[in-house]
Amino acid sequence: MMKKIKSVDELVKFKESALNKIKERRIGDKTTIVVNMGTCGIAAGAREVMMAIIDEMEKRNISDVIITQAGCAGMCEHEPMLEVITPGKPQVVYGHLDEEKARRIVLEHVINGKVVQECALVQQA
Amino acid sequence: MHYYRAHVLVCAGSTCVTSGCRDVKEAILEGIKRHQLEEEIKVVETGCMGFCELGPLVVVYPEGVMYCRVKAEEAAVIVNEHLLKGRVVKQLLYQDPNTKEPVPLLKDLPFLSKQIKIAMRNAGLINPEDIEEYIAGEGYFALAKVLSSMSPEEVITEIKKSGLRGRGGAGFLTGLKWEFTAKAQGTQKYVVCNGDEGVPGVFMDRSILEGDPHSVIEAMAIAGYAVGADQGYIYVRAEYPLAVEKLRHAINQACDYGLLGENILGTGFNFDVNIRVGAGAFVCGEETALLASIEGRRGEPRPRPPFPANEGLWGKPTLINNVETFSSIPPIILKGGEWYASMGTEKSKGTKVFALTGKVNNTGLIEVPMGISLREIIFDIGGGIINNKKLKAVQTGGPTSGFIPAEHLNVSMDYESLEELGTQIGSGSLTVIDEDTCVVDLVKFFVEFCHEESCGKCTPCRIGTRRMLEILERITRGEGKDGDIEALEELCNYIKNTALCGLGQAAPNPVLSMLRYFRPELEAHVRDKHCPASVCASLFNSPCPRSVEGGVR
Repeated sequence: MMKKIKSVDELVKFKESALNKIKERRIGDKTTIVVNMGTCGIAAGAREVMMAIIDEMEKRNISDVIITQAGCAGMCEHEPMLEVITPGKPQVVYGHLDEEKARRIVLEHVINGKVVQECALVQQA
Repeated sequence: MHYYRAHVLVCAGSTCVTSGCRDVKEAILEGIKRHQLEEEIKVVETGCMGFCELGPLVVVYPEGVMYCRVKAEEAAVIVNEHLLKGRVVKQLLYQDPNTKEPVPLLKDLPFLSKQIKIAMRNAGLINPEDIEEYIAGEGYFALAKVLSSMSPEEVITEIKKSGLRGRGGAGFLTGLKWEFTAKAQGTQKYVVCNGDEGVPGVFMDRSILEGDPHSVIEAMAIAGYAVGADQGYIYVRAEYPLAVEKLRHAINQACDYGLLGENILGTGFNFDVNIRVGAGAFVCGEETALLASIEGRRGEPRPRPPFPANEGLWGKPTLINNVETFSSIPPIILKGGEWYASMGTEKSKGTKVFALTGKVNNTGLIEVPMGISLREIIFDIGGGIINNKKLKAVQTGGPTSGFIPAEHLNVSMDYESLEELGTQIGSGSLTVIDEDTCVVDLVKFFVEFCHEESCGKCTPCRIGTRRMLEILERITRGEGKDGDIEALEELCNYIKNTALCGLGQAAPNPVLSMLRYFRPELEAHVRDKHCPASVCASLFNSPCPRSVEGGVR
């Protein structure tokens, strides 16, 4: 059985951890990460990239990020690819990814706002 | 806690359950399993989202895309396209009836444009069976605030400041009611939640109990603290099995988490809540009848005073509030009475939930600030009349209330303005009727309802409604005679002035309202033996002999 909430402070702490359950449902300006998951992408390891991103989100307790997928972008040789779209900032397409690079993108780009130059294929305003 | 990249919310209010949402949910889960997306996507069953007309509803977050009228076989498309490939499924989106353009995002829905959700803030957004989702949205914070930093008097002052009035129908000031109960003499006091929602076409209480039961439980505990009660009862009708189930689950969860029971949050405050299931009698929504029913006696009203605030359940001081009233309490405590009072009109504050039904394009539950015009509700939120027919009237407040005729379309929706028009906000039903509806026939239905639901204790209600019904039945059969209208008028006044409880006193209201606004239509039935709306079968000539069952001339 769940431990009882015994004080107001405990309730406040409990709320912070429970927030994870519903924060995806809050509307606001969110950064979107689009992972290209066409057949080519999946064959090149896009699903592992996606799972690494989800894992990183969870570990770092990040909210307000939409992770979604798209089909083939037509540049199959650069797969796995993903795109980071932050409102009001240039859109960045990354390619030739693996799990480790995906984790770096979350940390450096999504959290700290610094584009990971060596993985970036295209940057558009 | 596991991170999911998408949340799929499936509305599981009673209406959507009826239209098949459970199958849709199963199909989505199956699709997710087939594509091995279980680790990425979470499916949540929520309470009623309010747009019952469009059900079964599925909303996909984080984008907030709404799909409507989803069939089980179409659920696979949502999984394949949206969840797997990130492409919105256009054919399942809501379509603007005027521009024919799809509206992908829930927040852009015209139905929501003028709404402010307070009492229904969580319904349709959280899983009602998971107390953690409620707490995540600052649930039980109002209770914590009250217990840790406010005196009972301060709580009552805050509620009084908000100007909140009883949402069950009578519109009595909630703060005053709390104060009366707090000041009443007695060591044992009770808090009762009236969930005996009996008016045909009204379902906001059910929706709140199903979709956000914790908001009611939290508010009852706050009320218990304010008036000095340690025991609460929620009276729900047996026709709401889903609401009873969710409530029971919620109460157990609150007890497990230590938010009900003894020494809540370490403050020494004790409060328990029990459910009483009623057998579904309209009169049990009347507070004294409801209390009798909780005590296990026959659900019959008794004269007031003494009011329940002084002599209620088992003769002890008792606070009774309606479901919607209670669920408005936690936000008032957290944001302050002044915040709530900043919405609405001078005497009618805050927001009110209306059940919009009848001949209107978008039916469902809406929560709007008091003082909004009826036109905005019908045409901006409701999307106008079905098939562009002509609006005839709007029936407000259920079978014991009256009409707002089309010429008063700009009326401000508040307690006082509706009172002036001879009708009430009541429990909040808005039944839109168009030119094809016969008012006499509709009023006959309401009188029949009141007659059947009369408990029979007092003569004016028991026999008076019977006589009214007989006269109306005769008139709609084409056997009306001179003096019928006058007899109806006389009966109405007798019943109104002499009936024992609110049910009887209000039973003549639809007839009186008809006499005020639709007298020519009634006279046409009586004198000319003609039903202008072509509804009463004996009173018009049908071009097709089969179009009206029996009784065709």
